[in-house]
Amino acid sequence: MPLNINGTLLRKQHRNHVTVRDALNQAMDEELERDERVFLMGEEVAQYDGAYKVSRGLWKKYGDKRIIDTPISEMGFAGIAVGAAMAGLRPICEFMTFNFSMQAIDQVINSAAKTYYMSAGLQPVPIVFRGPNGASAGVAAQHSQCFAAWYAHCPGLKVVSPWNSEDAKGLLKSAIRDDNPVVFLENELMYGVPFEMSEDSQSKDFTIPIGKAKIERQGNHVTLVSHSRFVGHCLDAAAVLAKEGIECEVINLRTIRPMDVESIETSVMKTNHLVTVEGGWPQFGVGAEICARVMEGSAFNFLDAPVTRVTGVDIPMPYAKILEDHSLPQVKDIIFSVKKTLNV
Amino acid sequence: FGKMLTSITNVLRASAVVMSARTYADFTSQATFEIKKCDLHKLEEGPATQVVMTRDEGLQYYRVMQTMRRMELKADQLYKQKIIRGFCHLYDGQCYIEPNACAVGIEASINLTDHLITAYRAHGYTYTRGGTVKEIMAELTGRRGGIAKGKGGSMHMYCKHFYGGNGIVGAQVPLGAGVALACKYQGNNELCVCLYGDGAANQGQIFETYNMAALWKLPVIFICENNRYGMGTSVERAAASTDYYKRGEFIPGLRVDGMDVLCVREAARFAADHCRSGKGPILMELQTYRYHGHSMSDPGVSYRTREEIQEVRSKSDPISMLKDRLLSNNMASVEELKEIDVEVRKEIEDAAQYATTDPEPPLEELCNHIFSNNPPLEVRGTNPWAKLKSVS
Repeated sequence: MPLNINGTLLRKQHRNHVTVRDALNQAMDEELERDERVFLMGEEVAQYDGAYKVSRGLWKKYGDKRIIDTPISEMGFAGIAVGAAMAGLRPICEFMTFNFSMQAIDQVINSAAKTYYMSAGLQPVPIVFRGPNGASAGVAAQHSQCFAAWYAHCPGLKVVSPWNSEDAKGLLKSAIRDDNPVVFLENELMYGVPFEMSEDSQSKDFTIPIGKAKIERQGNHVTLVSHSRFVGHCLDAAAVLAKEGIECEVINLRTIRPMDVESIETSVMKTNHLVTVEGGWPQFGVGAEICARVMEGSAFNFLDAPVTRVTGVDIPMPYAKILEDHSLPQVKDIIFSVKKTLNV
Repeated sequence: FGKMLTSITNVLRASAVVMSARTYADFTSQATFEIKKCDLHKLEEGPATQVVMTRDEGLQYYRVMQTMRRMELKADQLYKQKIIRGFCHLYDGQCYIEPNACAVGIEASINLTDHLITAYRAHGYTYTRGGTVKEIMAELTGRRGGIAKGKGGSMHMYCKHFYGGNGIVGAQVPLGAGVALACKYQGNNELCVCLYGDGAANQGQIFETYNMAALWKLPVIFICENNRYGMGTSVERAAASTDYYKRGEFIPGLRVDGMDVLCVREAARFAADHCRSGKGPILMELQTYRYHGHSMSDPGVSYRTREEIQEVRSKSDPISMLKDRLLSNNMASVEELKEIDVEVRKEIEDAAQYATTDPEPPLEELCNHIFSNNPPLEVRGTNPWAKLKSVS
């Protein structure tokens, strides 16, 4: 019997394969239609159909007012988007990649994230900053950084990192409907990957709650926690390890901030072993935070071994393929780390 | 005895004057004033140079300017007593004159339904936009009755259609253009007044904003309050071009005497008409002066002379200018203005009293207002056992 992505039986033969790109497109299309205050702005989002074609067709459908091409002025247009949010609109501000968001980071943190607090609740900022984050392929150091840890450090922001199409659609819709600044970290290498989408996800009101992780695969021996593209790597590693009798529980964080630590703890209390997997650099990263939280919480006493972090190599991203491949966690690195953690 | 008689007669004469002053029909209801012509950039014509001010307007401007001045002087006092902490950028030196004239002149030419945003020297604008002296002062002293419940302080005050109070120099300019974008998007015929200083005028994001505002014809009035010093750096040492009204290049600009409330008002009216007619952004440079230092920690004399400050204070004070106009045109009496002074002083005293006695915000509210419209969440305190609560 065919299984859907949740591992449960499919009631209908719904062979609904949608790429992450199309899922994001659907999310934006539906939200633009639903609420006229929603609009998209960024470089090449309109007439070019999006640098990565994520906004394909939207300008044709909604026109200049709702889909706005900007000049190459990140700090300026991010500030404009935040101002528009303050004055009652619901902007989606696209960064062509999050590397360029560094030029605008003051607007994201000081103007967007902190304002509701500084104004004691007088001034909300309902904005989504979205775009591809982390490594791509062969784009070298300045275009490959993962910003999950940087943004997740800041109170006042929500930071979301979808993995598959269902995540992408449901979380982006939630982000757009959220009255707070949301940093939405996509992944360029995932845009073209098709996933089956549940029947539920076809509804125009389908949303996935921000702040809740998902168990992608059940297991008893070790917990693997990851976000974005590396969730797929974890599932691949789990498939290999299963043949050796090691059953991994794979958790897809979905949201980095607020992090669903409870799901991690519940899992660790069952498996007694934890391995975190991320594409970002190790120091002060997502894995580091998970380690700290687990130590401070109820699951610590259930650990039979220290938490292991699998991360990107602590270097700027090199260009040559062989070097780039060895700068990021591969499936074999995850398998190796699991076995070390389990001492097998 | 002769002397006593003279003094009695003088008193009687004075009270006779007072009595006649109370007959409002004796006052001129309005007068026409000649104001300085504005320097123009990419404009064929500028604001009117012959303007009418009514008695009511004059009295209102006077009251507002005095209120702002007194409020800032009181803040000065409280800061020196260490009741106000952190940064305290007084709109006083600036508020005194320009901002006083600036804020009043601007507000006189726009509607409360329009929008305004400025940088950190914001107490005056918070007032003209609708904040009360009480809640402004209580915010400065960090009390629960403050306009931001004590969470924001001097630089982060907000009220309806007023977006602060922004601490990062220049960041408010794109924000202001964004507010203007929302106005245009919603088709509500509102505009945004977006202020920044001569120091901020060299920020790159301002030029990015000029570009987009002009490209998209956003209804934004950019206003550069040029008080000749960016903190301790005079304009000549900071800017290759100090013609701030021209720096929008393709955006039409005006250079305005920011010490004269009527000049500011006329220019702002002109600018508002420009925006509302769909022509896009416009830039105004208001030439003003800052009596005090950059902020409370700056005596303001290491980079300029006391003589300079005194000269401006004696020759160009906006409140003095307004007072002269009202009195010499028989639009108000000395007593009437004194009465306003007394009322203002009382209002400030009451507000200061409130600001120093209102309790500080309760600790239970420490973590509130992280997210809007959100279920309550737990916030980590200083140690792992400190689990604090946050509500919207």
